[in-house]
Amino acid sequence: MNREAMLETVRVALERKPAQAIEKPPAVYLPVVTSSMDQRIALFTAALEELTGRVIRCSSGETACDTVAALIAGKRAIASSASCLKTCGFTDLDGVDSEFSDGAAYRQACSEADIGITSADYALADTGSLVMISGAEESRLVSLLPPAHIAVVPVSRLLENLDELLLRIPTPADRTSSMVLITGPSRTADIEQILVRGVHGPGEITVILVDE
Amino acid sequence: MTSRPDFLNILGDASLQSATYTATGRLMAKRKASADSLPDFEALRDHANRIKRHAIENLDHYLEQLESNVVAHGGHVVWCETGEEVGHFILSLAKQRAAKLIVKSKSMTTEEIDLNERLEQHGLEAVETDLGEYILQLAHERPYHIVAPALHKTRFDVADLFSKRLGVEREVVIENQTRIARRVLREKFLVADIGITGANFVVADSGAVVVVENEGNARLSSSAPRIHIVIAGIEKVIPRAQDLPVFLKLLGRSATGQPLTVYTSILAGPRRAGESDGPDEFHLVLLDNGRTKLLADPAKRESLFCIRCGACLNHCPVYRKIGGHNYPWVYSGPIGAIITPQFHGVLRDPWLPYASSLCGACAEVCPVKIDIPRLLLDLRSDVVQARRNKGSTRVERIAFRAFAWIASHPRLYARLGAFAALLAPRGEDGWLRRLPFFLRLGALQKWTSERDLPAPASQSFRQYWHKQMKGRQC
Repeated sequence: MNREAMLETVRVALERKPAQAIEKPPAVYLPVVTSSMDQRIALFTAALEELTGRVIRCSSGETACDTVAALIAGKRAIASSASCLKTCGFTDLDGVDSEFSDGAAYRQACSEADIGITSADYALADTGSLVMISGAEESRLVSLLPPAHIAVVPVSRLLENLDELLLRIPTPADRTSSMVLITGPSRTADIEQILVRGVHGPGEITVILVDE
Repeated sequence: MTSRPDFLNILGDASLQSATYTATGRLMAKRKASADSLPDFEALRDHANRIKRHAIENLDHYLEQLESNVVAHGGHVVWCETGEEVGHFILSLAKQRAAKLIVKSKSMTTEEIDLNERLEQHGLEAVETDLGEYILQLAHERPYHIVAPALHKTRFDVADLFSKRLGVEREVVIENQTRIARRVLREKFLVADIGITGANFVVADSGAVVVVENEGNARLSSSAPRIHIVIAGIEKVIPRAQDLPVFLKLLGRSATGQPLTVYTSILAGPRRAGESDGPDEFHLVLLDNGRTKLLADPAKRESLFCIRCGACLNHCPVYRKIGGHNYPWVYSGPIGAIITPQFHGVLRDPWLPYASSLCGACAEVCPVKIDIPRLLLDLRSDVVQARRNKGSTRVERIAFRAFAWIASHPRLYARLGAFAALLAPRGEDGWLRRLPFFLRLGALQKWTSERDLPAPASQSFRQYWHKQMKGRQC
């Protein structure tokens, strides 16, 4: 079998025996930073705005709902199953689809919507990133297929950086088949190094930070 | 893939020279700004080097750990020694599942094994979905740069290509060209049966693959089709998910000056219970294709640390002049100059390790601190050794041996020197503009046709010395 042959070639190359113990790996390097919530919010906002993302801060779920309603304004939107979207009434807004009978209908809706509305499991302050963990609440395609993405994120989910994320979730694979970090709108510079947004993923990204 | 590239072609192409210079220069500036803004950038490079060294030196252990974790998450691991085996696996899987259309995201590993051609030969359509790669697929070219594959194409090239191959109206505005590609490729994504991606990292303790990108095509390739196949070189393994921040912080900054690329996907196995989308099947292909040859040489195995950021290309004065297509294989620039000879044997393109001024810029920017100049020197020595073993330098060897013998016999040396001085041409005004007839041979003639040499002296130094010393007392 290929497997054995390949592993054997590797072992011979390294002069190692089957199941030979390994030396201790280098220590994990995840430096801890701590800043205040206000600093984190400022950092997140600056980082995402530099990437042409928008950050809107709302004092409550209700104002967030009004803000999103204004952003949708006659367009078609699809919302993920995030519980915070449901409890605040985002899924009841005009033009927002959520629950679907089957996978095909859901996919179709994702590909036809103008806006995808999600929450995010975490956000990373220093890079302006959203962390999307696939599961019962979030999926892969809502934040990917529509040309615009709105994420409603409680401020309490704002972490410092990637290091803090991996300290909280040491092995993402144990929790989900897909953890995606989204850092700004989809972009390319493949032709003449000219930056164009919205290649395959959303070209616009808006994050609503909700206090609570 | 010629072994004797036509450098004159590109050196004389002013627009290509300027495109390459501008693009690589811009990437250099972006890298510097983003690296400077991170206080522990140098510390990260050291950590990355240590982690890679550890992973590579214990590769068998981590591959086995990886496999068991992939399987634990419902995935399937395929071990392939060659590109042919990869092609065979995909073709037979496609046949079993009655799959017709494949969408692919950018992967140097699949370029390395000419995967698209292999699949096409068997009637399976594999569409590149990264914008740059899509352009190259339409143009039937291979990547010019590891990170910016279509760096050499202008908007006008793309306009011609799209109108010819896609039947759309000629469009020269880059934004609109991007929209065209989005529209055409979106249809493919939604009906494709199989998505193929590469992997930037493969995480042993999680059984996860990590893919970074800016466009969203890798996310689509791994999420929309019902089958996801990942093709990864065995050297891509890192021990722990917690090692990812070190590498992710370095990779984006070194490649394009981004603190993080737009999308970083950490994927493990097929869709799970409760997840509303994602593939039903997840296959991870672990490819050797010559990597174990590099592994077997302790002095050179660090070539396998490479995370394919492309920084060494951007900073290389040789790459910036000769461009990506003059390198004999898919990997160009300094990293190509060290890995290609190790994959193919040093005698296939013996000039390659010499395609460097040894200025050391590559090693200074390498995020995992591969000592590229040292490896180039090692490979030059390997070229000499291999030639010697092959006996291709017999004439040279005899000539040097004869010279050594003469030089170690002073009287003979003096006589022959005097004799040569008699034969030597005199030249004009102290310069030799034409070689004497008996030296006008082949390469020597060509080399001297554009060059003047200082005329040789009419007597040897020994003769001169004797004359001066005659009648003098010391």
